[in-house]
Amino acid sequence: MIDVTLESVSKRFARGGDTAAVADVDITIAAGEFFTLLGPSGCGKTTTLRMVAGFYFPTSGRIRFGTEDVTRRPPNKRDTGMVFQNYALFPHLSVAQNVAYGLKIRKVGRAESRRRVEEALGQVHLAGYGDRRIDELSGGQQQRVALARALVIRPKTLLLDEPLSNLDAKLREETRTEIRRIQQEAGTTGIYVTHDQAEAMAMSDRIAVMQAGRVQQIGAPQEIYHRPATSFVARFIGRSNVLTLPVQGATERTVTVGLPGGGEIDVPAPADHGLRQGETAQVSVRPEHIGLTSTTEAGALPGRIAELEFTGMATNLVVDTAGERMQVAAVDVPAGIAVGDQVGLRLNRDRMWVVRP
Amino acid sequence: MTTIPATPGPATVAPVTKEPTPPPGPRRRLADRFAGGTGSRWFPYVLVFPLALVLFGYVVQPMFATFAESVGVDGVENYGSFLTGGGVARSSLVTSLIISAASVLLCGIVGVAMAFLLKRFSFPGRKLIEAIILVPAALPPLIGAISFQLLYSETGILPRGLQQLFGAENPVLPFSGIAGVLVVHTFTMYPYFYLSASAALGGMDPSVEEAAYNLGAGRVRVWRTVLLPMLTPALVSASLLVFMTSLASYTAPLLFGVDQTMTMQIYINRTNGDLPMASTYASVLGVVSVLFLLGMRWYEGRRSYRSQSKGVAAHRREITNPLGRWLALAASLLATAVLLAPVATIALVAFSRDGSWTTEVIPAQYTMQNFVTIFAEPRAFQPILNSLKMSLIATVACVVVGVLIAYAVRRLDFRGRGLLDVAVMLAWALPGTVVAINLISAFSTGNAFSFGQVLIGTFWIMPLAYFVRFLPLVFRSSSAALAQLDPSLEEAARNLGASWWRAFGTVTLRLMLPGVLAGALLAFVHGVGEFVASVLIYTSETAPISVEINNRMYSFEVGTAAAYGMLQVVLIFVVMVVSGRLEGGRRSTREAARWTA
Repeated sequence: MIDVTLESVSKRFARGGDTAAVADVDITIAAGEFFTLLGPSGCGKTTTLRMVAGFYFPTSGRIRFGTEDVTRRPPNKRDTGMVFQNYALFPHLSVAQNVAYGLKIRKVGRAESRRRVEEALGQVHLAGYGDRRIDELSGGQQQRVALARALVIRPKTLLLDEPLSNLDAKLREETRTEIRRIQQEAGTTGIYVTHDQAEAMAMSDRIAVMQAGRVQQIGAPQEIYHRPATSFVARFIGRSNVLTLPVQGATERTVTVGLPGGGEIDVPAPADHGLRQGETAQVSVRPEHIGLTSTTEAGALPGRIAELEFTGMATNLVVDTAGERMQVAAVDVPAGIAVGDQVGLRLNRDRMWVVRP
Repeated sequence: MTTIPATPGPATVAPVTKEPTPPPGPRRRLADRFAGGTGSRWFPYVLVFPLALVLFGYVVQPMFATFAESVGVDGVENYGSFLTGGGVARSSLVTSLIISAASVLLCGIVGVAMAFLLKRFSFPGRKLIEAIILVPAALPPLIGAISFQLLYSETGILPRGLQQLFGAENPVLPFSGIAGVLVVHTFTMYPYFYLSASAALGGMDPSVEEAAYNLGAGRVRVWRTVLLPMLTPALVSASLLVFMTSLASYTAPLLFGVDQTMTMQIYINRTNGDLPMASTYASVLGVVSVLFLLGMRWYEGRRSYRSQSKGVAAHRREITNPLGRWLALAASLLATAVLLAPVATIALVAFSRDGSWTTEVIPAQYTMQNFVTIFAEPRAFQPILNSLKMSLIATVACVVVGVLIAYAVRRLDFRGRGLLDVAVMLAWALPGTVVAINLISAFSTGNAFSFGQVLIGTFWIMPLAYFVRFLPLVFRSSSAALAQLDPSLEEAARNLGASWWRAFGTVTLRLMLPGVLAGALLAFVHGVGEFVASVLIYTSETAPISVEINNRMYSFEVGTAAAYGMLQVVLIFVVMVVSGRLEGGRRSTREAARWTA
């Protein structure tokens, strides 16, 4: 168990090229923490993980394990356990031999090695599978062998590169709870890469949301969901309406914005919002924080229903208002409501949040 | 033996359903890995430099030496003879080109028809034909040509048999001259078309065809607008291959007495001692071959129509019409006979008494004496020893150099990677006669790459020629094996603490092994059957089997010649079975790769 620090780490691939795959990433991961790098395709999250593993070296910046600088240390000297997206199990070795590979390199005695392999296989519920060939296992079983192989060497950090992306939906949910349990039992620091925000929310202590090589926000799942730092984070995590509204006044923790239908509303804002009257603010409001009401209600935003979709738990609507198309998720809707109806939208101001563009 | 091109390898790698990893491919990853760990960022160069030196010294530099030789004394006149009409040089070039073009046409018709019949229809005898369809092409070039000569030439079994049957005055339907050459080419090279057309047909998504029918197209229209366009890439690359191989063909013109071809002129000028003129022919042929190689690489770089969908295989249509079934059965039997005839002929003649076969349809007297002679007489056994020894040495060198080049080209990032790749393929593109002339030009005097020794007239020139000719085989199969290996396997080993060398040894090399072995076996048999280059550079002490066969044929010891040939054929079939096993092993690792991907 060890803490991992990335200090303004950047990575450019092309020689002298100017597009950075990863730019100025500063992250401190506490010992024992389960930390997730989350973002869309090509955001630099895998590159960041591979720099931690030592498969890439940063173009600039430093990486530390505890107090040790490991920036340019080769991968085989880093003592990390990595689970690859496609598992990368050795097809010419049996399950037990795969798991024992790292122990053999560490010159662990035979009896001890056997004991630890069995223990690791037990931990991932594969006791008794040691003699199987890799191609005799299902995808989920292979995934667990890969996890056992990474854990058996008792790595300082466990690195997981989208390990669930090749599993079907049900298995994915089961396995993510498993991974979390095993990581906590082993007490190792976990760094997890995924593009699936639900997975990230469910598993992580903290999440770094990345886009275009940069970290957009680091925080606990609730924080990221309720107080997204940027409009990108607001839209990428869950669904959100990001409204561009004129600022009519501002205090340290609130910004007063004008609504398109007339009237104004005080929206909570981060301390460093820096907005002044006359500027425009980006305000995030999630679909489930908008209520349906009559068009006549005071302060309600009038609109016309453009799309309507009943999903069971909630009804998803798209409502055209004067300024914007709004997504609304209403738990109960008046009977007989239909596309084309005029409705009023009641925004829950406590749940709104000012974001950076 | 015909070199059958590896089917485009990388296509078998299952598409990884991963959101794209950042732009750099696996190569870059490894390059980065080297930048700190096992050595410095110069590690790739440290590995590549000796390889580049080997390729330069034994493939590229000899080519330049040949060119220098050709322009040395009266270069303008030498090359001028190709441009001005009338002379031997010009007519040889024209004849070679015509033979090649005709070979492409004939092989194309036979190969594509075979592919369609076997892949699209189901009829009695189909499986048998599929099993033996590559037999004629598997024979060593000299044995192949000899067997066709014994079968179809004026003194051949078939024309004489027909003559006797019809009581005609002369042999019926004998093939001679260019027609004979074309028969040999058709039988030994149609597999290029057959293999690429049937791979294209097999890889084709049947639903594409079904979609055309569904949209109302008739059968002819589907053929014209869907099937043929989709086959085009396969047919074009097969055409280029056949053209190149025909151009390089030497044994067929030799045995059917067509003197005015490029390869024959190289041989004739060399044996007449006119090395500058031989070098001129070799340079022209070399340049044409290189142009074709570049053309092929350019063409292969373009997209091919491999469908992505899996699972559903094309349905074979059952031939239900009773007349059709009988015809199909008869045709299958005929095809089987034709395909097996060359091997059967060699086997038959191998047991005939030397000098006993004159005007009969088949030899009159049979004996075991030929084999007894070969194994009992030290002088007769020497060629076998020579071939095995030289081929083994060359194979070992091919494996060491070929595997490392494949690794460098596939997995490392360094300046000049493309050049390295091209240099290996150059060795493959150059005709055997040209390789021999190149080595003669380069090593008839001492040279840095021969450590100052004259190699011509020594033992070492032979394994060197085999090395140059068959290195691409090992390179190709190693490279194909590497393409199927996910680079993250090696990364996983590194992550678990293995050094680069250990990861390479215990994971990458270990998993490449079946492919490497298959390539090595192929190189070995090719070496044992080698004739084209050997005949230009052997000495009486280093004569390999094929040269001995040729010499025996000249002294009318046809039985003994065939007996040597039979031994080569047996070796080839043993190796084919073994590498079939390896192929099976490879399939299982490929299966595993698919599972893990």
